[in-house]
Amino acid sequence: MDAGAEPGQEIESGGGTWRFPANRPLRLDSGATLPNLEVAYKTYGRLNETRTNAVLVCHALTGDQHAASVNPATGRPGWWDNVIGAGLPLDPERYFIIATNVIGGCMGSTGPASADPKTGRAYGLSFPVITIADMVRAQAMLIEALGIETLLAVVGGSMGGMQVLQWAADFPEKLFSAVCIAAAPRHSAQNIAFHEVGRQAIMADPDWRGGAYEAAGVRPEKGLAVARMAAHITYLSEPALQRKFGRELQRDGLSWGFDADFQVESYLRHQGTSFVDRFDANSYLYITRALDYFDLAAKHGGVLAEAFRKARGVRFCVLSFSSDWLYPTAESRDIVRALNAAGCRASFAEIETDKGHDAFFLDEPQLDRTLRGFFASTAQARGL
Amino acid sequence: MSIFREDFAEILRLVRPGARVLDVGCEDGELLDLLTREKRVDGQGLEISPAGVSACLAKGLAVVQGDGDRDLDHFPTRAFDYAILSKTLQQMREPRHVLSELLRIADQAIVSVPNFGHWRMRMSLMARGRMPETRALPDPWWSTPNIHLCTLRDFTDLCRELDLRVDACAALSGGKPARPIDPNGPLENWRSETALFLLSRRAEDRPEATPQNLFGEVELPKPEGAAPRRRRR
Repeated sequence: MDAGAEPGQEIESGGGTWRFPANRPLRLDSGATLPNLEVAYKTYGRLNETRTNAVLVCHALTGDQHAASVNPATGRPGWWDNVIGAGLPLDPERYFIIATNVIGGCMGSTGPASADPKTGRAYGLSFPVITIADMVRAQAMLIEALGIETLLAVVGGSMGGMQVLQWAADFPEKLFSAVCIAAAPRHSAQNIAFHEVGRQAIMADPDWRGGAYEAAGVRPEKGLAVARMAAHITYLSEPALQRKFGRELQRDGLSWGFDADFQVESYLRHQGTSFVDRFDANSYLYITRALDYFDLAAKHGGVLAEAFRKARGVRFCVLSFSSDWLYPTAESRDIVRALNAAGCRASFAEIETDKGHDAFFLDEPQLDRTLRGFFASTAQARGL
Repeated sequence: MSIFREDFAEILRLVRPGARVLDVGCEDGELLDLLTREKRVDGQGLEISPAGVSACLAKGLAVVQGDGDRDLDHFPTRAFDYAILSKTLQQMREPRHVLSELLRIADQAIVSVPNFGHWRMRMSLMARGRMPETRALPDPWWSTPNIHLCTLRDFTDLCRELDLRVDACAALSGGKPARPIDPNGPLENWRSETALFLLSRRAEDRPEATPQNLFGEVELPKPEGAAPRRRRR
């Protein structure tokens, strides 16, 4: 574990990579086990003496552990630096915030790019298929290793929200509260369909080489970029795209060819090319698969409320965005209905915005107010 | 304690300590907060406005953003001891459905309705020949949120039709303390400005929380129609 505060950082942060011993492999839903488990994580703030102020932040599909500090891979600010920070809803002065990189990821946690202990080379496609529950199990191992018995809150948006729901189903006794933002209790046919487009784009790239591109010294950059472009459209709303780009052209006049004439084309191409610099194609395959396999009710006889039966002591906050068509409000309402049916204490708000699914990364005053209110009252209820 | 609406005082009196309470249209959570502090209730709010929802969350209340007309189906059957709908039944699109939903979700409903049979209304309509604008219902007809107005008599008729029992009723008028009434009393339909009802399903046996305990020595209306009725859900 290489811990320690980073210089030049306003908030106190720590973290590193937790390496679990060989006798503590991660047992996966598929039946396989993952030896030499590594979980990369960042922390912000300090754990209090009673160990009651820990908040676990779960990231979305292409996120990572750098939630509130500069991402060393991109040099850009953390993905949730509008929520975590001094004077913000998750203030490191008050909370001990932990963000991990999910397993299957490519930012330090065990994933398809990690070395397979059997061969000494990158797993590639011999990496076992993982699920959201597997990601959560790895997080639970880390939380335990950090000496934390109960989390004050587990919070996340999109895939992070699904991890939050999984936490509530699998480890309710370790949670005081749970905040699920812009998520769904299962992946819909449309969700799976979009992911399949992305995966096919990657696998159609000749440089993918059946997943063994690393050994060949190449990367399926074109395929991964196209996957990102398709997915990125689903994160935005139609009105937001229209407002931002409309039919605006890059240059005066049409090129009468297939250059990026329209600004929206250029924007998407940029999204695609900048993504491949920071993300691994096989990780993209594995994590999208985990999302597609996600159906929280399935393990509970198809009844979502059953998944939350043991979570009656957890305070839930479910949030959706009005213009999110990837995981629309109706999905969040299904979650709330199930929580109510299970007798859980649940709050729900639909944030009015035209920014689509990605609104949870952006400055939304209503999101800020809601999170602030929920965390403050939760902390008070916990006696902080 | 801060100054609160007279109906809040009455509701506070009615609700059993430690009860599970749903407040439909809970606004900024003032009533729920009061009930939580004074009666240690396990409270849940339903509120349509984002500002109201944020205010509830900041108070530490559990609140679901939603619409009483549409979203009562969020809540399972008999999940609460009380469902409260204070002064907004007449603003619902389907008051009849909402009322029966309240009594699906909860064992008892606390509902207040402005009485359109109040003498001020009648006099105003008689004298001016226009839709009344009074202190209880101050908006002009074209902008009023009160789209389903009724008299006390209309309301007790609907309760009868839905097989609901009036466990208690009190008249509320502009800042004065609540006055327990028989809602079927001939004069009350003239003189009660707003009425607050405690309702339950008629077919239920409810040994606890008898109306007599709640309203002291006040004589309460006998349930009409002695014949046992089919329990409607």
